[in-house]
Amino acid sequence: MGSQGGFYQSKEFLDLVKSIGEARSKAEEDRIVLSEIETLKRRISEPDIPKRKMKEYIIRLVYVEMLGHDASFGYIHAVKMTHDDSLLVKRTGYLAVTLFLNEDHDLIILIVNTIQKDLKSDNYLVVCAALNAVCKLINEETIPAVLPQIVELLAHPKEAVRKKAIVALHRFYQKSPSSVSHLVSNFRKRLCDNDPGVMGATLCPLFDLITNDVNSYKDLVISFVSILKQVAERRLPKAYDYHQMPAPFIQIKLLKILALLGSGDKQASENMYTVVGDIFRKCDSSSNIGNAVLYECICCVSSIYPNPKLLESAADAISRFLKSDSHNLKYMGIDALGRLIKISPEIAEQHQLAVIDCLEDPDDTLKRKTFELLYKMTKSTNVEVIVDRMIDYMISINDNHYKTEIASRCVELAEQFAPSNQWFIQTMNKVFEHAGDLVNIKVAHNLMRLIAEGFGEDDNTADSQLRSSAVESYLHILGEPKLPSVFLQVICWVLGEYGTADGKYSASYITGKLCDVAEAYSNDETVKAYAVTALMKIYAFEIAAGRKVDMLPEVGFQALDYKFILCKCILIAVFDVVDYLHLLQRAYELQAVIGLDAHAVESIMPADASCEDIEVDKALSFLNGYIQESIEKGAQPYIPESERSGMLNISNFRNQDHHEASSHGLRFEAYELPKQTVQARIPPASLASTELVPVPEPMYPRESYQTTTVPSVSSDAASTELKLRLDGVQKKWGRQTHFPSTSTSNSTSQKTVNGITQVDGSNTANSRTRETYDSRKQVEISPEKQKLAASLFGGPSKTEKKSATGHKSSKPSSHMVKSHAPKSSMEVASEKTSPVQQPPDLLDFGEPTVKTTAPSLDPFKHLEGLLEPTTQVSSAVNHSSTAAVTKSPDIMGLYTETPAGAHHKDNDILSGLSNPPMTNMVGGTTAMQVAQSSKGPNLKDSLEKDALVRQMGVTPSSQNPNLFKDLLG
Amino acid sequence: MIKAVMVMNTQGKSRLAKFYEYLSVEKQQELIRGVFSVLCSRAENVSNFIDAESIFGLDSRLVYKHFATLYFVFVFDSSENELAVLDLIQDVLPSVFVETLDKCFQNVCELDIVFNYSKIHTILDEMVFGGQVVETSSSEIVKAVEEISKLEAASNAISLIPKSASGWRSR
Repeated sequence: MGSQGGFYQSKEFLDLVKSIGEARSKAEEDRIVLSEIETLKRRISEPDIPKRKMKEYIIRLVYVEMLGHDASFGYIHAVKMTHDDSLLVKRTGYLAVTLFLNEDHDLIILIVNTIQKDLKSDNYLVVCAALNAVCKLINEETIPAVLPQIVELLAHPKEAVRKKAIVALHRFYQKSPSSVSHLVSNFRKRLCDNDPGVMGATLCPLFDLITNDVNSYKDLVISFVSILKQVAERRLPKAYDYHQMPAPFIQIKLLKILALLGSGDKQASENMYTVVGDIFRKCDSSSNIGNAVLYECICCVSSIYPNPKLLESAADAISRFLKSDSHNLKYMGIDALGRLIKISPEIAEQHQLAVIDCLEDPDDTLKRKTFELLYKMTKSTNVEVIVDRMIDYMISINDNHYKTEIASRCVELAEQFAPSNQWFIQTMNKVFEHAGDLVNIKVAHNLMRLIAEGFGEDDNTADSQLRSSAVESYLHILGEPKLPSVFLQVICWVLGEYGTADGKYSASYITGKLCDVAEAYSNDETVKAYAVTALMKIYAFEIAAGRKVDMLPEVGFQALDYKFILCKCILIAVFDVVDYLHLLQRAYELQAVIGLDAHAVESIMPADASCEDIEVDKALSFLNGYIQESIEKGAQPYIPESERSGMLNISNFRNQDHHEASSHGLRFEAYELPKQTVQARIPPASLASTELVPVPEPMYPRESYQTTTVPSVSSDAASTELKLRLDGVQKKWGRQTHFPSTSTSNSTSQKTVNGITQVDGSNTANSRTRETYDSRKQVEISPEKQKLAASLFGGPSKTEKKSATGHKSSKPSSHMVKSHAPKSSMEVASEKTSPVQQPPDLLDFGEPTVKTTAPSLDPFKHLEGLLEPTTQVSSAVNHSSTAAVTKSPDIMGLYTETPAGAHHKDNDILSGLSNPPMTNMVGGTTAMQVAQSSKGPNLKDSLEKDALVRQMGVTPSSQNPNLFKDLLG
Repeated sequence: MIKAVMVMNTQGKSRLAKFYEYLSVEKQQELIRGVFSVLCSRAENVSNFIDAESIFGLDSRLVYKHFATLYFVFVFDSSENELAVLDLIQDVLPSVFVETLDKCFQNVCELDIVFNYSKIHTILDEMVFGGQVVETSSSEIVKAVEEISKLEAASNAISLIPKSASGWRSR
């Protein structure tokens, strides 16, 4: 055994490891492992195995599983080992089960009991082993079984146990916040533990808690600052020093927490300035860990309310990072720069050459980080360079995940900052060409809309120029062999709409190209459908213009292809049918349109009408005349369904008794459960009963609901209120989204922040460092790089708002502007003069006098805080007991679901009414025809098709309304 | 929090894998392969950080260190500091290994890792617990590990008499 102490292993195991290590191929390794599994299977089930042997078998099993083979046959033996008295065997058992099992495994139930027992053990190592298993194997349902013991262990004499108990509690919080929400105060208490290690461990859960709810921990700012101060002043035991840094890992965690607490909070931030400044000064930037702390300081400074002096130190630290030869430090520097330019955009300029070096570095990680930085600092003066670079990089990589990301960033930047329409179209073409299948389909729709609507200016010639340049570039691109489907859809649509608009290309040329597309991508039904529609448009324009259409044979083929398609429809499963039916419908339409005369065609397919709004007459008022006529002829007037079913008033949906009395005498369902008195429960119950009661009209529940919207408002209101609650909670847990674009947000804010008073000093410092950097680099800088730098950073350094005026499609980012507190410089100045409050030396390890924990902390208050951020809501529900609190979300869930469901149905009906094919069926008057005209389909044909579609049980219009909308305007 | 710790050799064979969230064996293998394919394509003298979002999902970073024939890999989220984790790998872990394995780390080879399989797990458990870094002082870790092995050896010596499997079952 020798130096291996208790970790004994037999020769057999060593041989196994050796032979696997020497295996030359995966197949050989697999063979060895499989024979090992056979051996183990046989051996492990033998009776009376010595424990030491058993332990080794289990370790071998773990090893086998790590190599990717199934070792589940031995799980039960590992579980058995946890029951053993011997520490060695028990620990091995726990190690194995934590590696083998997940928290929902069937065998867990056998372990929970042992864990409970072991948590009470006198031997702290047994307790630690059990805690280890607790972290990994206890799930939401089993938490209550061990929770009391874990809480007890928080006061265990051994610091190692306290530490692990805290982590276990933190784990519970991560798995199910509600299960331990009444215990969060324990974390506050442990913050003043005698042992700095335990205190450090407490920072992890506190970090999580503060991330989720900053406001309830603002009172701890002073304590955190004072702890950090003591750590930085080396008041902790020497054992916590690491590379001459006092407890750097604790410093890092504290700085992270302070960054959260000080974000957008001037008062809290003021408490931090001194200590963060001290750390900046004291940090040893020659060691890795010193730089880690420095980096964390920069993050903190860029997150809290800005302080010019600290920003200056941060900028200095960043320039040291960027000048370093270590790629790791450069990476950190770029990341830190990305954070700092949100507050002071001008500092990017002094590092331009360093940034370009990083961009051209062979290190992929560094390159990506730099692209992230560039993305944050894009403005309209440098967008062309940045996006071009991004696209070049995008083309060069194979990683689909990153490709998607960078493509969507390109699109976003192009939409926001495009200097010209031409450039925009070209950029989008490149993105589509190289990452077409990865970009969101919405991007394609946006592009189509953009081309159709123009750029929002009233200048029609510019729009038509844009279109013809788009058409030209697409015709050129069509020569490429393999294009992504999304891109082809855009191309087809644009060619159909504008291919012949400027008269440069003949209809036959365009149609020829379209037919080529349909043929070349014959497997893609969507592209084909787009192509056929485009063909139809072109022909329609031609006919309308009175020109003779020379039908290409291919077109005929495409159009008549429907018989073939129909066969396909029958052959394949129903859910695939929709695509084919689209195609089929289009083919029909094309045929029908070609057969019509010029006048009709023009009214069906007017040129350049893709942007016209289509008004849908939901009341079907155009049918009034027809109805009048019928009634005069003696037809029965329409009776609303609610009246037909004999119900004059079913308005009170919530009153179940009333409802039952007025419906039917006979009931076929079993007696229902006793009625709940809780008001919130009634709506779902009543809905259920209406479904069970046989009503002559199957549509009834929906319809009647529709007519009763007014009385049910109160319940709706209640439900939305409850929904609000849930929303709030969800937002709480959700990650705070940072808009990277705030970097370039508004000039006013940064001007004032950098204020009159301080800006001079920092500026001179900046320019000094820049000079030194420049002079150092001067010799090696190629003119090419300088040019790039000038285009990236050059020009006036003024920032601008991300323009919302550019394109209609660009998403207005109004709330980005708000996020960075544009408070006046006067405030900053006054901050400086006011004496910084020296926090009392509250926390001296060893003295439990610290008042960091709010003693009056009510656990339920806490729970409320966690569950609902809005006070208005908290008043709505009366929390009198934990049970009530934990139950309430359930009730809410039930309550909110049903009305929402009903609404959904409601909407279906409405949308059904507004669906073109449906109205078509009813239609027949001229008014209808006009409204429908731009939608193209011949009425009779579409009627037929609808009938067909209905026979097949599919309604394409409701299945894929998007396609229609996008295609038809 | 730390999501995973892996040790693999330069041929992609995994020598140690510890995931702090449960993953099925297949998924683990997939991730290990994914990590290796990224690692082996990295040049010398580049940064030790990798954007791991394409492998491990959102908000995941990866820090690795190459020693002799082994890669040491930590995967974690934004609540950790990359440089600090790198220090754990390149300073804390080696010095713990050196002291506990009675060897100079330069000579700690793959076989030492696998032969001391359960010991390495013990070391890691002292350092990273439930996904949180709880101990960063190598001397503390060494102390804890040695205490454990001493106690284990003692308990091992006492109870060497085997109990029958049926004895376990009746418990």
